[in-house]
Amino acid sequence: MYKLSACSSMACGISLQTMVLNSWKVRNYKQGSGRCTNVPRNVNLEKLQNNYLFPEISKRELQHLEKYPNAKVISLGIGDTTEPIPEKISLSMANYAHALSTAEGYRGYGAEQGNQALRKAIAETFYKDVAIKDTEVFVSDGSQCDISRLQLLLGSKVTISVQDPSFPAYIDSSVIIGQAGDFQDKTGKYQNIEYMQLGPQNNFFPDLRITPRTDIIFFCSPNNPTGHAATRKQLQQLVDFARDNGSIIVFDSAYSTYISDDSPKSIFEIPGAKEVAIEISSFSKFAGFTGVRLGWTVVPEELLFSGGFPVIHDFNRIVCTCFNGASNIAQAGGLACLSPEGFQAIRAVIDYYKENAKILVDTFASLGLEVYGGVNAPYVWVHFPGSKSWNVFTEILEKTHIITVPGSGFGPGGTEYIRISAFGQRELVIEASWRLEKLLSKGKSPFLTV
Amino acid sequence: MSLMNNLSTSTISSSSSAFLAPISFDSRTQSVAFPLKNINVVKCITNPQEQQTAYKTKVSRNANIAKLQAGYLFPEVARRRAVHLLKYPNAQVISLGIGDTTEPIPDVITSAMAERSHGLSTLEGYSGYGAEQGEKALRSALASTFYGNLGIEEDDIFVSDGAKCDISRLQVVFGSNVTMAVQDPSYPAYVDSSVIMGQTGQFQKDVEKFANIEYMRCTPENGFFPDLSTVVRTDIIFFCSPNNPTGAAATREQLTRLVQFAKDNGSIIVYDSAYALYMSDDNPRSIFEIPGAKEVAIETASFSKYAGFTGVRLGWTVVPKQLLFSDGFPVAKDFNRIVCTCFNGACNISQAGGLACLSPEGLEAMQEVIGFYKENTKIIVETFNSLGFKVYGGQNAPYVWVHFPSRSSWDVFSEILEKTHIVTTPGSGFGPSGEGFIRVSAFGHRENVLEACRRFKQLYK
Repeated sequence: MYKLSACSSMACGISLQTMVLNSWKVRNYKQGSGRCTNVPRNVNLEKLQNNYLFPEISKRELQHLEKYPNAKVISLGIGDTTEPIPEKISLSMANYAHALSTAEGYRGYGAEQGNQALRKAIAETFYKDVAIKDTEVFVSDGSQCDISRLQLLLGSKVTISVQDPSFPAYIDSSVIIGQAGDFQDKTGKYQNIEYMQLGPQNNFFPDLRITPRTDIIFFCSPNNPTGHAATRKQLQQLVDFARDNGSIIVFDSAYSTYISDDSPKSIFEIPGAKEVAIEISSFSKFAGFTGVRLGWTVVPEELLFSGGFPVIHDFNRIVCTCFNGASNIAQAGGLACLSPEGFQAIRAVIDYYKENAKILVDTFASLGLEVYGGVNAPYVWVHFPGSKSWNVFTEILEKTHIITVPGSGFGPGGTEYIRISAFGQRELVIEASWRLEKLLSKGKSPFLTV
Repeated sequence: MSLMNNLSTSTISSSSSAFLAPISFDSRTQSVAFPLKNINVVKCITNPQEQQTAYKTKVSRNANIAKLQAGYLFPEVARRRAVHLLKYPNAQVISLGIGDTTEPIPDVITSAMAERSHGLSTLEGYSGYGAEQGEKALRSALASTFYGNLGIEEDDIFVSDGAKCDISRLQVVFGSNVTMAVQDPSYPAYVDSSVIMGQTGQFQKDVEKFANIEYMRCTPENGFFPDLSTVVRTDIIFFCSPNNPTGAAATREQLTRLVQFAKDNGSIIVYDSAYALYMSDDNPRSIFEIPGAKEVAIETASFSKYAGFTGVRLGWTVVPKQLLFSDGFPVAKDFNRIVCTCFNGACNISQAGGLACLSPEGLEAMQEVIGFYKENTKIIVETFNSLGFKVYGGQNAPYVWVHFPSRSSWDVFSEILEKTHIVTTPGSGFGPSGEGFIRVSAFGHRENVLEACRRFKQLYK
């Protein structure tokens, strides 16, 4: 029997298999018993199909560990950073914390938009050549939160398009806010969302000539999960497309510091972008701040709603009303990250993860598999033609005790793919590569069709 | 609409009140001054003429946000303060407006945060993503510290980056098709988040209320507890006790009636207990002290005013397993889904601080700081009493609610600011029944509070 108290404090959250859920409702609803309130459930939340993807992956990991308590599970699933934060940065956070105990160092509420020095440092570090001002930078507690705040800003009446596959928070937040319409089992898509399919066939960039107009376009580059970094030419097409359609691009640049070639790191490198784009980014994968919680959103002053009202005003209102600033200690850490010494130390960690990615790419390539990404992003995107990704996920987990992420978790376009993340200690990544080689070399796995 | 580009206008633009000319302040250089919230402001760049030729997207503005009348209250107060400082650059402004804590955080707590920070640089101490619901040890400590014998368990508790954020996340859970009731006056985030979420109609200027929100009058006449017999049923009831801004604390009898009212109507109470530890009287500190509350209530709380965590950002929300939507679906499941999708956990360093707050030493240290602010409150209450004002609150909360009969609260706010350089908060900012009142907050260094009281005595003698 399903018990709510089984809802543990682990990241797996609560299991919500639809079948179990429905039986819960039938067993426990007592009409007129007075046990239930008369408050209707939010119909938008009913439309969500499953758990959010990553707690679901955690749940599977836990279940696997219960089944094989002695297994040495290697997690290349959730993109969780593993390497310690460079000392200079954690020291600045420790010092800031200590100072909060002194009269001179104590700080109460900070500006909701973020500490001024940090906003300036972000503008100067990441947007120096594209003239983004510090007043256009809004510091946050991370992109996942910013995405939802942007949805609150935009409201339920806008239409969105997403890359397919893409980071699930764009779609899930859209469903929650009421933009998405009903889920269609047949296609695996929400009715009102435009899915821009990406794949090797179109060089991981949507064919914009056949893409219908939507108000908002979520675009992540370098891409989670495919790892593809859009070229300058592709992004110019995207900006022109948005301009022609009067759309707003929400550009997710969380992995820009992983770029190896000369792909643009910010949408604002593209002429005309300031009038059509918002950019979100994060310290999570950049500085190992996944638990510290720090990110930012850029809303250019030039970005206007159809009536001429500046988007930045409304975003500021959301930030002031629905948020109260990122933790001041995290912000102190952020500032240290952007010092020359801090940035250099962080680069070394990024390079470490990129080397991991290279090892994984080489492993899959040597097995003759089609492998994408891993060059400009810490994700490797492997194609298993003709397969269902949850089956491949399960096979890999069962046979090698490695956690990955099934591509269909990112959208129907991911269905034959597996995402392998490159975060992890080197020895574990090497060990994982060795196990995968053993599983996937010819004849040992039903999924290898070479 | 005209974009705000002129600071000297005295009208509140319906756009951002947080947008002003860039100011950088180090309030510590002024000897008798409060820590200044770092206000970052921007001048709008387009004038009406440019606006016509400037490129516009074809995305419509969210009509809900357009309903908001002005900036969020506290940035507006901060804006006025900044304008005042520009006018009187040498004024020793004392801030008893925004309820911002001023006293340093006790060592036992900051040491824990420093240690966690250092730990993040080590292999053993590094942690990445934490559970979105919060770290287990902290959830457990919150359950045992605040809800020990009330049947609230660790997994009913969701750690957050503060009550303000939780309020909006709760609104996202509820969606746009629910109705809500608020106390009038009340903390503005309940109403503003409701407007943003699309639960309300337009603002009605004649009554200063949003259509579709039930405003429950709380005045001296009804002892600051609504007459529930006149309150229309709504799905959600926001209730804050001890109350911001009035300082009123609901009695056990009153809360029992409130819970019964919610039960009879099948409503959900969102109980804001951010000031519970300021309670001097023997009133309930948690709604869950009332039998039956678990089936009708959610409780939010915060470390902000207990531990001076206003900048550190830490709070929590309790959603009991027994709380069900009309179809039997547990509210906690939907809240958990929102927490997993729209949030990614509170800062791990802040959580380490929270855990230290709940150690015996930490609790004792917090009580000392709270006691300090309560002493401030006492001084302020005595001052206004001695001047012959009708004074409310101050006993169970760090806010003093002073009556200025027949006067506009923004006028009184301006007069006080102009004549004494003291920032307060006008009561009407909290709702129409706040008109005629001023909220004086008791956070501040002792010498500033004493000096402020001297100035009040001077002005109103």
